[in-house]
Amino acid sequence: MSRTLATGNHVAGHALALAGEANRNARGCCAGAYPITPQTEIIEYLSGFEFTRGKIVLVESEHSAMGVCMGAALAGARTFTASSSNGLAYMTENIFAAGYYRLPTVMIAVNRTLGPPWNIWVDQGDSLMMRDAAWLQLYCDSHQDLLDTTLLAFRVAEDPRVMLPVIVAMDGFVTSHTQMVVDLPTQEQVDAFLPQCVIPHGLKHDHPATFGGLTWPSETELHRAEIQQAMEASIPVLDEARDEFEDIFGRRPAGTLEAFETEDAETILIACNTMARTLHNVVIERRAKGEKIGMIRTKLFRPFPREELLAAIGSAKRVGVMDRNHSPGSGGIFWLEIAATLRERPDVLLQDYLVGLGGGDVTPDNINAIIDDLNHRTSASEPEWKDNTA
Amino acid sequence: MSATTPSKPYENHLLRPGNTNCAGCGMSVGLQWLDEALGDEQPVLVIPSCCGIVTAGAFPTSGYGVPTAATTFASSPAVATGITAVTGMNDIDNPVICWAGDGGTYDIGLAALSAAAERNEDIIYICYDNEIYGNTGGQRSSATPVGSTTTTTPTGKTEGKKDIMAIMAAHRISYAATLSIGHREDFLRKIKYARSAKGFRFLLMLSPCPTGWKSEPDQSTELVEIAVRSGLFPLYEIFDGVRYRINQRPDNTAIESYTSQQRRFRQLWGNTEKLQSYIDAQWHYLDGMATVFPAKDK
Repeated sequence: MSRTLATGNHVAGHALALAGEANRNARGCCAGAYPITPQTEIIEYLSGFEFTRGKIVLVESEHSAMGVCMGAALAGARTFTASSSNGLAYMTENIFAAGYYRLPTVMIAVNRTLGPPWNIWVDQGDSLMMRDAAWLQLYCDSHQDLLDTTLLAFRVAEDPRVMLPVIVAMDGFVTSHTQMVVDLPTQEQVDAFLPQCVIPHGLKHDHPATFGGLTWPSETELHRAEIQQAMEASIPVLDEARDEFEDIFGRRPAGTLEAFETEDAETILIACNTMARTLHNVVIERRAKGEKIGMIRTKLFRPFPREELLAAIGSAKRVGVMDRNHSPGSGGIFWLEIAATLRERPDVLLQDYLVGLGGGDVTPDNINAIIDDLNHRTSASEPEWKDNTA
Repeated sequence: MSATTPSKPYENHLLRPGNTNCAGCGMSVGLQWLDEALGDEQPVLVIPSCCGIVTAGAFPTSGYGVPTAATTFASSPAVATGITAVTGMNDIDNPVICWAGDGGTYDIGLAALSAAAERNEDIIYICYDNEIYGNTGGQRSSATPVGSTTTTTPTGKTEGKKDIMAIMAAHRISYAATLSIGHREDFLRKIKYARSAKGFRFLLMLSPCPTGWKSEPDQSTELVEIAVRSGLFPLYEIFDGVRYRINQRPDNTAIESYTSQQRRFRQLWGNTEKLQSYIDAQWHYLDGMATVFPAKDK
């Protein structure tokens, strides 16, 4: 273990490389890689890493990057890649394919606004667009969280009870291009944490199957139901992996979500990624003034941890959601999930706030304005647009 | 057509009985000859969304007796790249073969194909070219010949066929060749040569589609023979992208004997001038290349 100052992209690249190298005594590792701002440094880092048994294939598009990952996973390797924004959009068809094929690829999504108009700053709409793609999704609020979650992602993805790909998301620039102090693990620690990658349904010459052929409706329904079961199984698997992570690395990463000051809270705000860290400080300040306020950082988005979220919301009467994304014609995507979670809690006033779209700063002032609005409401309205000059 | 590898039990054939190919489909001959040429070697097949994956039939059975990955439409070269990356670093020598139609090759998959060729991946790529989007019922592709009617060019295609061989040669790949299901020895030899070569190898097979060509299923082999003899589908090889060898020259067989047996060419019945000028231009180019840049004797 070494303590160092590193950017989010460096941390993500390093975690992917250590995880890939940890499979050197099995079939090795492979990534299809294609640059896009702000994740480019991740694939640059991977391209410079000297793997014992591994290959970074520099392809011509994100679509092919995921194609390479699928082929390599079918051949038994540990696979990973990274993308952002329109790159994820271009990759979409194969993102779905990897999920439906049950191939445990880990992808770092450095959240960036989808264009046009072109905007390279953070907005979670790109990875949230993949919500129906049979991938787990984990959102990280710091460099250490990113490193730990990336390693956890391989454990969960490759667990035979799950066998699904995982997106690990971080904020473009705010995380990807800033430095924080992180504990970097040793290769030996990662070797101990990650078992050899075994993909039970790969290409086998002694059992020549056709992988991904035609199915009838009944088999398709079964296939989707099995994916749902695997999604549900992933939450206890994630918790098991955190236990073992703690044994090996000496710290316990967050799991489905992080609740702060929620026990007696009357008002709770919910946010993800770095917005949640700003929110955390605001909650501390307002608690010091005697307000019964708490917060929840949503980390796991797929599967959506409804039970854990309901428990964390507890008896709060006002819940505000900060969405740094926008589903045109509807509202914030986290809000939609949370509304479904609260379907049997008509006593809760649930309000959505669209904030920091296109990478606008979300400051303590913005968050205080949101809390004031939420506390003075007598009823919920359609999602509120809160620009960053509020 | 006879069974080609009687030494193997049917379940181990590359193409098994019970596959869903239409009668007269060029793939039925092509896949069996591919199997015969590979002998005891078991390839991995990588097949994008196209008739070639419908061939497998429905889960849980498969018309393919070898490990087969069904990929998204534009992804067979990328998925095959991932497979060869892993087999390569684990010393597994089974050939990885992409089997894709003209839609997946000339059109939607061209960028991924070009990139895999440029990286010189260790892949044998075979395009079964039926000159239409057959799987969706016969629409125009960039491989459709001039004058041919399709469901989206009801009065005949006005543009000529894309020269995919020249495009692949421009990547300077080790081997590119055309395959005819009317020329068995030539077909088998080219597969064996491709297997012995390294890096990216590209094979183009004219693949009759009686449904789309509006031809008789029992005429498929003969139609390809005529396509070769009339000069419409030249049999040739390109080594390292620059050295050309013509395997068979046209023998003055009239193109009318090809077009008259296919109702897709009904717009050309009585006037094959456009198609003939395409043939003449093609041979002008090929003869020039084979004269100036001849393949060395092997």
